[in-house]
Amino acid sequence: MRPDLDIVAAMIDPGSRVLDLGCGDGALLENLIAEHDCSGLGVEHDPDGFHSCIARGVPVTQGDLESELPAIDTGTFDVAILSLTLQAVRHPDRVLAEMKRVAPRQIVSLPNFGHLRLRSGLALNGRMPVTSALPYQWFNTPNIHLCTLRDFEQLTTDTGMRILRRVVLDGKGEAESGPAKLLPNLLAQGAVYTLGD
Amino acid sequence: MPSGIGLVETRRAVVFDGDRPLRLDSGAEIKRVDVAYETYGELNDDRSNAVFICHALSGDAHAAGLHEGDEPDRPGWWDNIIGPGRPLDTDRLFVICANVLGGCGGTTGPSSTDPDTGSPYGLRFPLIQVRDLVTVHRALLAELGIERLLAAVGGSLGGMQVMQWAIDHPGEIDGGLVIAASGRLSAQNIAFSAVAREAIMSDPDFNGGDWYNTGTRPDRGLGLARMIGHITYLSEQSMREKFGRRIQDAEVPRYGFDVDFQVESYLHYQGQSFVERFDANSYLYLGRVMDYFDPFQDAVRVQQQIEVGDTSFLVLSFDSDWRFSTAHSKEIAAELRLAGAPVTFREITSSHGHDSFLFPIPDYHETVSGFIDRLASERGIGSDAR
Repeated sequence: MRPDLDIVAAMIDPGSRVLDLGCGDGALLENLIAEHDCSGLGVEHDPDGFHSCIARGVPVTQGDLESELPAIDTGTFDVAILSLTLQAVRHPDRVLAEMKRVAPRQIVSLPNFGHLRLRSGLALNGRMPVTSALPYQWFNTPNIHLCTLRDFEQLTTDTGMRILRRVVLDGKGEAESGPAKLLPNLLAQGAVYTLGD
Repeated sequence: MPSGIGLVETRRAVVFDGDRPLRLDSGAEIKRVDVAYETYGELNDDRSNAVFICHALSGDAHAAGLHEGDEPDRPGWWDNIIGPGRPLDTDRLFVICANVLGGCGGTTGPSSTDPDTGSPYGLRFPLIQVRDLVTVHRALLAELGIERLLAAVGGSLGGMQVMQWAIDHPGEIDGGLVIAASGRLSAQNIAFSAVAREAIMSDPDFNGGDWYNTGTRPDRGLGLARMIGHITYLSEQSMREKFGRRIQDAEVPRYGFDVDFQVESYLHYQGQSFVERFDANSYLYLGRVMDYFDPFQDAVRVQQQIEVGDTSFLVLSFDSDWRFSTAHSKEIAAELRLAGAPVTFREITSSHGHDSFLFPIPDYHETVSGFIDRLASERGIGSDAR
């Protein structure tokens, strides 16, 4: 499992009903179901990810999370997860509001577009940065809504969500322990947030 | 696609008889019930590899393989999904398909002889429900010594049987595959069903359902019902691609009220060939089975039952199906999830309308394969498990 998913898993209470939006190959849900007694549902657009979920025995809906979310009943889940997907959705604000509606806890991880290397790439080269965390060219990137950690935190405030916990990530998706904890918006590659009322 | 299984035969079992009549959910009784069924592959030693196929309205027990004397290109109705190396892989699975109660493919139905009168039941056959169809399937399984299914699979009315089975009998089905089905017919569905029923019952040869000894049959009515039904099984796109506005056997229209367009000729052919193999009363009874189906009505009970059972579901729909559209399947998935079941859902892209579930569409078969593989691996059934 990706290291950032380990961090997400650690934020979830055993026995929770978990909705994983953009669940990819289903590794996180498989782990939560098998190891943490959770029940869950994944939503995944990509057919390969969908098939991988089936092979892992993870219940999954194939489809676009933004069109699937409104059909989910209010409060159906305990936790809604959006890992490294917020930047790829059409309406991040609406997705957050929908997550809040279907589950009292939300976990969101995202890459930080305010990271020093990205800032300097744009400032010095005058070109849209391409990094290991954001490896696409501007014209073919699925990441259509890039933001900095500070931008995201502002949005959670605007959406009436409260940040309960934040873990900042390094380039490998592992928890940062160094200076990035002090200046996350400049030095962290990303972060995982637990949000709630 | 040539059949992968080769020669098969339909067998028959008497599952209710004498001092053990079939008691229907309505309380009515049927004294003797015969079931026509076929099996493919072999049951393993711990009887854990059984897969039950529930067929749709006009289906029968002959799901796969060839009967003696059949043309090689005319195998059973779901041959493309059943056989060695196919999604329901008979190298490792034991696949069973039985004609439903009320049908006319060898299982007791309105065309069977009523032991009380010595004549066919006709409309004296009691009204039946999906639940009763399941009761008879289970009696057959008991006969075969099978207590638990690796999977129950069905399209349309078949999918309805899978749902009802999983809800009513927790712990009997590992995986329920509900394909192009509905948990509750819409007003539009019921309206089509009403027109089909009216076509049959208003045929002068219908004779109140008692035509069996008159030397005539309500063929016009049944044929018309099938024509109406068939329109709802196809999509606008598939009809356009298949027929367009082409004229049958001619370049220019003949202008008149006889069959002129290819699509008309096709529908007539469908109607006429259907009456040769299907009983009008069975059509009425099974149509009504679908109209009244409403398994999620008592949500509390459904939840209790689903909790006891541990069935995981695969719900599939097809984007061009307007008879039981994706909205129907999404509702099924939502109801089952609400009751606490693990449900995987996918809408498959296909131009074949409701009939899509009968076609070997790669995305569709790959999804079914994957789901079955997972169930099999959880049961320790490998490709060499025999």
